Amino acid sequence: MQHKHDVKGYWSATLGLLTKILIVWFLVSFGAGILFADMLNGIHLGGYPLGFWFAHQGSMYIFIALIFWYGKKMGEIDREFDVHED
Amino acid sequence: MDLQTWIYLVVGASFALYIGIAIWARAGSTSEFYAAGGSVPPVLNGMATAADWMSAASFISMAGLISNMGYGGGLFLMGWTGGYVLLAMLLAPYLRKFGKFTVPQFIGDRFYSKAASTVAVLCLLTASLTYIIGQMTGVGVAFSRFLGVSSEVGIYVGMGIVFLYAVFGGMKGITYTQVAQYCVLIAAYIIPAIFISVQLTGNPIPQLGLGSNIVGQDISLLARLDTVVTDLGFGKYTTTTAGSTLNMFVYTMSLMIGTAGLPHVIMRFFTVPTVAAARSSAGWALVFIALLYTTAPAVAAMAKTNLIRTITPGVVMQGTTPYAADAQIKYDERPDWMKRWEKTGLLKFTDKNGDGRIQYYNDASKNEDFKKKAADAGWKGNELTVNADIIVLANPEIALLPNWVIALVAAGGLAAALSTAAGLLMAISAAISHDLVKGVFAPDISEKGELMTGKIAMAVSIVVAGYLGLNPPGFAAGTVALAFGIAASSLFPAIMMGIFSKKMNKEGAIAGMLSGLFVTLFYVFAHKGIFFIKGTDFLPMIGGANSFFGITPEAFGAIGALVNFAVAFAVDKVTKEPPEHIQHMVESVRIPRGSKAVDGAH
Repeated sequence: MQHKHDVKGYWSATLGLLTKILIVWFLVSFGAGILFADMLNGIHLGGYPLGFWFAHQGSMYIFIALIFWYGKKMGEIDREFDVHED
Repeated sequence: MDLQTWIYLVVGASFALYIGIAIWARAGSTSEFYAAGGSVPPVLNGMATAADWMSAASFISMAGLISNMGYGGGLFLMGWTGGYVLLAMLLAPYLRKFGKFTVPQFIGDRFYSKAASTVAVLCLLTASLTYIIGQMTGVGVAFSRFLGVSSEVGIYVGMGIVFLYAVFGGMKGITYTQVAQYCVLIAAYIIPAIFISVQLTGNPIPQLGLGSNIVGQDISLLARLDTVVTDLGFGKYTTTTAGSTLNMFVYTMSLMIGTAGLPHVIMRFFTVPTVAAARSSAGWALVFIALLYTTAPAVAAMAKTNLIRTITPGVVMQGTTPYAADAQIKYDERPDWMKRWEKTGLLKFTDKNGDGRIQYYNDASKNEDFKKKAADAGWKGNELTVNADIIVLANPEIALLPNWVIALVAAGGLAAALSTAAGLLMAISAAISHDLVKGVFAPDISEKGELMTGKIAMAVSIVVAGYLGLNPPGFAAGTVALAFGIAASSLFPAIMMGIFSKKMNKEGAIAGMLSGLFVTLFYVFAHKGIFFIKGTDFLPMIGGANSFFGITPEAFGAIGALVNFAVAFAVDKVTKEPPEHIQHMVESVRIPRGSKAVDGAH
């Protein structure tokens, strides 16, 4: 493995992934659910105003997807840098 | 069979199940007592975490609060689920790799000082005790209805049961019991929601029902609810925020980082076999939690709709005006569920205008137009007070569902309250017996003595929490939110800096935890009384309620966390670096390879 025990590289790859996920995490909850909720309420999703939907439903579905995506990506990073568990 | 018999039967059967499992899995050694030998698979661990997590606040109280708050109540939903993203990414895998089983142990080792671990114990105890007060309030509500007694008597009974329950069986007993409790509580939450969703919208999936049209009409449930509540002087359901946008923002943040910092939840992630399993456990936990949390907003909106529909029958289904003289039901003809809840003292009626009918509306409304309409209709103030904590338990009764469903909800509420109380008591007992007594005061205590200390700590916490639960600082979910604020401001920043900053030293961490805890408690106690004792609040000293930019005490944890981070970094700058071996330890914690089962040795 070319990256063998490249601890710095592993950590910066991890932080890069965390940053990406935290941006999405922030945008769906604090963004769509709170700061821009009023604006989004003009759009309707069935009987739901969209901003209300993000606060009461949507952000939670996205949180779940984010955690599983994180688990999968971290698994890949672990193997790439050869630091995965035996 | 009548309702009360059904309740005894279902609650009795569920208890027999939990006790059976606890006896079957009686804990032996200390390591098994706390961490179940590190052998619980991710899906089951996720389910147990979900049961541990979803307390009386989530099950009994939350939907009721959302029901009153409308859109703003979304802060509980986002806050208590979004924290799992932080937990899964920022803490769980690293704490698992670290390989100890309590939070103070991590802090003590990472910050190479007994003082740091003692401060962590202090933070943990403050947060957990506050949390249990909220649970006790919820337990009181559940038992009072279940036994038909006042909520005070309900709390005494609950204290006894929680004690018996937590003291026998350790974490292992609790893990499998909690899987069973999860199944009971989720069934109890979702089945009535499905019934009600079908009744109101014809859609059997509550999450979709909330976005559907009312049965036989061309208007969505939410749109009709908006009109109906505005007609009664309340804020519009889909847009009313919690105080202000800023308050809602920091409140949500506070709950999120509090979730990631709560010791009894973090402890769960020490019990999975590998680092990879710690990551996916958090995901599974959130799946099981979200089943309830995405149903809750439907329960909330539909309960509000049904409550109004009961009191003013024509307004929801026929769209009639609530101001007509015969629009409201007569008190003498009130449904049976109201009579049952009146016994607990949590639902009250006073006939202010003497017309024998129930007027339920917002008499504090500032809308002139509405005030005139209410005065013209001869209303002299709101006559019905419904404690927000009863909404979920009363919901199936309000919707006139079959008796077995109502009984199931009672069993679910008790399961939720007991499972969390037990998990918290485990965290408290571990902190006192393992981290404080064994770690600091009496390092050569025997294993038996350690277990005994833990059990005594549990008993004392139950009594203290029960006593404070008699005069709770707020609704169950509000009190629990305070606990999250405390965890958010004290433990989360310390753990996070311990992993993400190699250079953070003990001076910084200790100063940070103490200052975060102190400012948060100062603000909370100013509103709610010193240690939540009635009459000791000191609001004038801080310039009135919510004086800090309109932020409520429940939301203040996020500010406390900011203070914690800022103080920690400032102190860290002027004191010397942590020793070399600690920096190496942080590096090794960041890498999954080499994780081993938790042994708990020092």
